Amino acid sequence: MSNPPTNNPKYKWIGTRPDRPDGADKVTGRARFAADFNLAGQLIGKVLRSPHAHARIKSIDTSKAEALAGVKAVVTSRDFPEQPDVIVPAGEMQVNLRDVTRNIMAREKVLYEGHAVAAVAATNEAIAKQALALIKVNYEVLPHVIDVAAAMKPNAPLLHEHLMTEGAKPAAARPSNIAKRIEFAKGDTAAGFAKADVVIERDYTTQAVHQGYIEPHATLASASEDGQVQIWSTTQGHFQVRGFCARLLNMETSQIRVTPSEIGGGFGGKTVVYLEPLAVRLSQKSGKPVKMTMSRDDVFRASGPAPGADVHVKIGAMKDGRIVAAECTVAMQAGAFPGSPVGPACMCSYACYDIDNVFIVGYDVVSNRPKVAAYRAPGAPISSFAVESTIDLLAQQLKMDPIDLRLKNAAAKGTKTAYGVTFGTIGMVETLEAAKNSPHYKTPVKPGFARGVAAGFWFNVGADSSAAAHVGEDGTVTVISGNPDIGGSRASLALMAAEELGIDYDKIRPVIADTASIGFNFVTGGSRVTFATGLAVVNSVRDLIRDLKGRAAKTWGVDPEGVIWENGMAKPAGSNVGTFEPLTIAQLAATAGKTGGPINGHAQLNVTGAGPGFGVHICDLAVDADTGIVTVGRYTAAQDVGTAIHPSYVEGQLQGGAVQGIGWALNEEYIYNAQGRLANPGFLDYRIPVASDLPMIETVLVEVPNPTHPYGVRGVGEVPIIPPLAAVANAVARSTGIRMYDLPLSPPKLSAALDAARPLMAAE
Amino acid sequence: MTDILYKVAKTVREAASLMAAAKGKGRILAGGTDLLVQMKAGMVAPGTIIDVKKIPEMVSITETKGSYRIGAATPAAVIGEHKKLKKAWPGVVEAINLIGSTQVQGRASAGGNLCNASPAADSVPALVAAGAIVTIQGPKTRRTVPVEKFTSGPGKTTLKAGEIVVSLTLPARPKASGDAYLRLIPRTEMDIAVVGVGVSLTMKGDTCVSARVGLGAVAPTVLLVEAAAKALTGSKLDATALDAAANACSAACRPIDDKRGTIRYRTKIAGVLLRRATAIAADRARGISKQGH
Repeated sequence: MSNPPTNNPKYKWIGTRPDRPDGADKVTGRARFAADFNLAGQLIGKVLRSPHAHARIKSIDTSKAEALAGVKAVVTSRDFPEQPDVIVPAGEMQVNLRDVTRNIMAREKVLYEGHAVAAVAATNEAIAKQALALIKVNYEVLPHVIDVAAAMKPNAPLLHEHLMTEGAKPAAARPSNIAKRIEFAKGDTAAGFAKADVVIERDYTTQAVHQGYIEPHATLASASEDGQVQIWSTTQGHFQVRGFCARLLNMETSQIRVTPSEIGGGFGGKTVVYLEPLAVRLSQKSGKPVKMTMSRDDVFRASGPAPGADVHVKIGAMKDGRIVAAECTVAMQAGAFPGSPVGPACMCSYACYDIDNVFIVGYDVVSNRPKVAAYRAPGAPISSFAVESTIDLLAQQLKMDPIDLRLKNAAAKGTKTAYGVTFGTIGMVETLEAAKNSPHYKTPVKPGFARGVAAGFWFNVGADSSAAAHVGEDGTVTVISGNPDIGGSRASLALMAAEELGIDYDKIRPVIADTASIGFNFVTGGSRVTFATGLAVVNSVRDLIRDLKGRAAKTWGVDPEGVIWENGMAKPAGSNVGTFEPLTIAQLAATAGKTGGPINGHAQLNVTGAGPGFGVHICDLAVDADTGIVTVGRYTAAQDVGTAIHPSYVEGQLQGGAVQGIGWALNEEYIYNAQGRLANPGFLDYRIPVASDLPMIETVLVEVPNPTHPYGVRGVGEVPIIPPLAAVANAVARSTGIRMYDLPLSPPKLSAALDAARPLMAAE
Repeated sequence: MTDILYKVAKTVREAASLMAAAKGKGRILAGGTDLLVQMKAGMVAPGTIIDVKKIPEMVSITETKGSYRIGAATPAAVIGEHKKLKKAWPGVVEAINLIGSTQVQGRASAGGNLCNASPAADSVPALVAAGAIVTIQGPKTRRTVPVEKFTSGPGKTTLKAGEIVVSLTLPARPKASGDAYLRLIPRTEMDIAVVGVGVSLTMKGDTCVSARVGLGAVAPTVLLVEAAAKALTGSKLDATALDAAANACSAACRPIDDKRGTIRYRTKIAGVLLRRATAIAADRARGISKQGH
């Protein structure tokens, strides 16, 4: 294989752009996604879903369905044990087990349209569908509430009759739909606003959006007579599927083996379970493998969207642009159960900036919508849209360049955030400067177009990772990890292993092992895999090199300390060790039987020290004043990416995140009808951008290495979805003179705003 | 499980007889881009599927003295590659080529788009503006109907039991004629029209001597807007005439508020698109080639 020249002069492999190990299978259609797994004798499982947004389940009669020929099992909430009131991690978010069991299968009430009420397994899909129609559910329909503001009102219909607001001041006296109130404070905002020359205060709203992964949820489960269970599933964390299934079904984790399929997108939405526990229970009851797949309609109605929210922002600044006080209140949809990403939304709101006085409040609010799930930088795009729009208003009012205004306030090493962390080495200033010096920003805006700028911040995470490296008898290496590969992580892990070992990239095969074949790994999420699992891979390879050096020492009859590893070979550390010809990995592998048997390395660790990331996006767009249609003409995403291990996949993350953020800004939204039913559960009327909608997204990789990682890796996947919402809205404001405070900026809404601003319908 | 009978018809008469024999449970399969989707979604459960793609008359394009007859099942991609037809009726061809995606174009047909009877069907406003005539075969007789009279409501046609659509006929064009179709969608493709406007004009010098306007997605059926045509006819397509025609289109709208657009928005856009489509059609009539999209 021939590689383009290395990008990074420090390294041989890191910074190059080889083909991804899974690439050939994916372009030829050979790659197996979850719905491609089948077992002999499998049954088809189907879920009966609630037609109501909110109703009490008075009774469920499954007898007719069970009597139908071909039906082998039926399950309802009676088949799942009650769960304790305990919080467990679900990807980057937290969930309560008591709620999880109610979300996978409704108990006392259905809380949203599409909520699962029963499931059947039958010999084919048609019979399964027929069986669903034979299940009689007696509902007492209850008043429902969809929007956050309405759900927070004292007289709103209550989803959970005993939900008391955690963290309320004073303590909550009676139940409400507000699950939690959180607060972050730094300095004294009242004093800050008092001295400010300019104070800008605005309200914003955003709508629920779906992650929009192309592969719907799907699973195949097989329970055997001895109690062992195997699951094949599309997931961002097969260890989490194992953990959830064990808890929800009262099983031991060692009885469950989960194999992840190739994954057709997740973006955070595949860090929770929906079908897997149902398929396992149906398989246990029927004694047959059970396959379940969601339709796109199911995916929209019943799998986690990202929340919408109401956000209030108040910023005070001096005439020179220095921000002296900043407040933000975020009231966020959690969906039917508590647990929105309001925490990260609050924490990220002002994290790009060094501000002395900050006060942030967040509310986690339940309503009759599907339970939200993580979506790239959960919560951050929402608060950032409000804050970055307000900062743009400030730039306009102070007549300052929007990048200069941000540079004036940029967080740097030593900046203390409102949530308490003091930043180490970060690249916010470098990213702003890179954006300012980008070919895009230096090019004057084309006539008819206008330019918007916005920034964004995400923590990135580390957490638990395990990895192993095995040498084959010919000296090639298998690198084994346990994180489903969403964004090209196998290629990045192999590049780091090649760099460490000093052998060629194509002599290394990275594989993703099932839960029984490698130690525990936290989910693929939080932009952690290349960073944290990358570190585990590096450490496992270092362990392997230790082993290899020991084999050379044994061969030469010298101390292991006398051997060094260089360019894929063991060499004597110096002339005092003796004169020996270097031993290649292939030579050491060939004689392994005589030097101690198989040569393997492994590593497991809890990784800390994730380096935060910052992004600055530039958007040029034109608005058709008659139709309200927005055309994005040019778009650049600049980001501090640490070291770009495989630059193409780093660029891909920036481009994909930008496109999803632009979709969020322009057209994507959950639309509910008066009955609380989703009106657009499909890609026709839930409009993610299509390829022809957008220009090629330009990227600027700002490489500020993370000092805690041997190769300087920072997570890159989350940051790029944060700035686009405000970058687009700011460009629209500068194009039309009209500031839009409510997303999405869909043509009917923008057209109405334009017309309201002009008393006469624009003819010409 | 429901059994489905699949039949391949060799002639138009045979197709009509099979349709009659299916007693209301028959569905015609041309490209299948609506039928198969509807079957998968559980919206329809046909007893007999009658494949008409093997009937030459239904999958061909013929020209007679400047008039074009397009077989109802002719794939949109074939229509798009017919140079003479495209030159004569660029707006109609563009509209047909907007149905679905590139992949769908290989299967989808104008006849299917018409029989699906969606008020937002892309090809229909252009066909209405063009004055297209629909040829219908019944079990015993043939009849014709102007395209604007073919549908009776969303998903409803005026076909009687056992009748099938055979072809669409576009009349011969006087010189200095042009047509155009524009639709508004929030994206750039893979979407359904929020409003669609077809305009067909004949010019004599600077004067528009005849005009037809078709308007889609703003009422239960695609509309022939005679008031808009009247406003354009006899004018020099000046601001006053365009204002009057745009207002006539807006006035003709009887839209709904839904997830795809508000009443206010659709009503306004009907006028906006009328102006833009008229400009393109007029340029084409004057021999100034312009792409609608």
